[in-house]
Amino acid sequence: MSTYQVPTMAEMAANSQTPEVLFWVGCAGSFDERYKAVTQAFVKILNKVGVSFAVLGPEEACTGDPARRAGNEFLFQMQAVANIQVMNAYEVKKVVTACPHCFNTIKNEYPALGGNYEVIHHSEFLQQLINEGKVTLQGGGEFKGKKITFHDSCYLGRANGVYEAPREVIKALDVELVEMKRCRTKGLCCGAGGAQMFKEPEPGKKDINIERTEEALATGAQAIAVGCPFCLTMMTDGIKNKNKESEVQVYDLAEMIAKDMGI
Amino acid sequence: MSILPQLAFVLILGVAGFILAKRIQFLRRNILLGKAETRNDQTENRWKAMLLVALGQQKMFKRLVPAFLHALIYVGFLVINLEVLEFVLDGLLGTHRLFAPVLGGLYTVAINVFEFLAVAVLVSCVAFLVRRNVMKVERFTKPELKGWAALDANLILVIEIILMFAILTMNATDQILAGRGDAHYLVLGPLFFSSFLQPLFEGLSTPALVAIERFAWWFHIAGILAFAVYVTYSKHLHIFLAFPNTWYSNLKPKGEMVNMPEVTQEVNMMLGIPTEAPTEAPAEIGRFGAKDINDLSWVNVLNAYSCTECGRCTSECPANLTGKKLSPRKIMMDVRDRAEEVGKSLDAGGPGLADGKSLLGDYISKEEINACTSCNACVEACPINIDPLSIILQMRRYVAMEESGTPAQWNSMFQNMETSFSPWKFSPSDRFNWSEKVKEEEMK
Repeated sequence: MSTYQVPTMAEMAANSQTPEVLFWVGCAGSFDERYKAVTQAFVKILNKVGVSFAVLGPEEACTGDPARRAGNEFLFQMQAVANIQVMNAYEVKKVVTACPHCFNTIKNEYPALGGNYEVIHHSEFLQQLINEGKVTLQGGGEFKGKKITFHDSCYLGRANGVYEAPREVIKALDVELVEMKRCRTKGLCCGAGGAQMFKEPEPGKKDINIERTEEALATGAQAIAVGCPFCLTMMTDGIKNKNKESEVQVYDLAEMIAKDMGI
Repeated sequence: MSILPQLAFVLILGVAGFILAKRIQFLRRNILLGKAETRNDQTENRWKAMLLVALGQQKMFKRLVPAFLHALIYVGFLVINLEVLEFVLDGLLGTHRLFAPVLGGLYTVAINVFEFLAVAVLVSCVAFLVRRNVMKVERFTKPELKGWAALDANLILVIEIILMFAILTMNATDQILAGRGDAHYLVLGPLFFSSFLQPLFEGLSTPALVAIERFAWWFHIAGILAFAVYVTYSKHLHIFLAFPNTWYSNLKPKGEMVNMPEVTQEVNMMLGIPTEAPTEAPAEIGRFGAKDINDLSWVNVLNAYSCTECGRCTSECPANLTGKKLSPRKIMMDVRDRAEEVGKSLDAGGPGLADGKSLLGDYISKEEINACTSCNACVEACPINIDPLSIILQMRRYVAMEESGTPAQWNSMFQNMETSFSPWKFSPSDRFNWSEKVKEEEMK
């Protein structure tokens, strides 16, 4: 038996190899204790399916999204131009990422700075694998028959119109998908977008993630599925705040698929 | 027959036309206080957006009850304006019901349709007054809707109700007079709705009825012209501006922030990347980001004048829902109010933009723009594709790049990104550590 492989672009280039797809891990996927598990789950799926992929590893840097949303265009462009230089040097054609913020930035904002790639979110990638029969699910495993709700992240949904791919992935698990009062185009933000992840909220009567968590709990779902590292943090904090962590779990889509595959 | 009424009519029409032309010039100039931006690409998609979103009211139907009532007023407005054509011709030529002999039986059908729509408009306006003042629907009770904004909304509804009553009164008295054999009035087929008003007037003498009928006719046409002028001072401008506003919609993915090429130039120089046009002298470098309306694009200002303050944006805004000061509707109202202020000052020979005030600071606070999660809920919610987020983000750029005034925690995030290429303070060399565990795991 072999171990899981995580090739870097540098290693592949040294062997004159070019992967089909670059897995853009993102800062949360690299450093956030909780989200590292999502990165690992996704890498395991890629290994299992035999996708030709590589990561940038230490050569990756923040896309610059939070700097741009906080108004610091210089810093954003410094990050973006440096990343584009690296990706163009490796002749990257296709990028997959588990972070909707990275997804949006690389897909929509890098072209103006000379970075043109086919960019897809991991929910779309997983859906393709399922549709192509490359990922065969065991019928839900621990999720079978459970009520699960999906929280739309703004940068996937409204920002880029991806609403159905994550839902198709969840449905493939043979679970009962229940929708929150506000979903799809009307989905409520978790509160972390626009660089809010990196500062305390302005004074108000409630935190946004609490409002959203209440909506999720109102569905009676036993798990909340997300497709974004910031949403994962915000919803997990919300569940803790409501003392529901023993009853309701928050998962990323890749984790749910990996669990079902038994990896 | 005296030619006096015709002269009076021409005079009224001329005065209204003159004032309207002046007002349109004023609004156009104010909108163009914004920076130039070209949005003439994808013409097919632009027409489509205008037809679906403005003419077809596609996005209104996310909320069915107000959408239905609004559609009645909208169809009423469009169709009843066909009758205004007859009003204008009658007024100019001194005729009465010019189209009746031409259209024959069809004319009675048309008038019945107009009457039905007049009643539908009337009922809808009453329902809207109730929603605002009795039910106090939440989005109509926000702080930015106090004062003139609330009065403006109620005035429009009341004016429309009165205008509709004028039509029905005119038809009712007109047909009583026709029935009495007055040569000037034509007997039409039965008019369903106005016949309910006839008992109110049947006891009156013929001269009194003529007076009422004429008064209703003049009141209706003069009222419509006055309303057209009023609209230019009002949030009700959306009835016209919704069309160009949707034509100039942002057709790019909502998540995309507009690039700043003037920054790219400098970044490339700092990173030693040859730029495409190194010899070209930099265009007049304005401010980075937006402090005042002239820093915004003219499309942003057009958005502001197109806003009818319905508040769907604010009612979907996560920051506003949780009690923060930010209200996307207020952002749009502030842009419009500032454009009005600057425009009025310029017309009075005043300092205009150099009046010591600015949009950011005097109208919009940093607390408001800092609360935005850039989630695009406001943009999605707007029935005519207004984009408050674009304005908020341009102001954040001004605060960050011209004032270095972003919140301290954001400055820390900037520092982390500069030193360790991540918004969090981690060593860049640890970025790939996550792979160690998984690389040791046996593949199942």
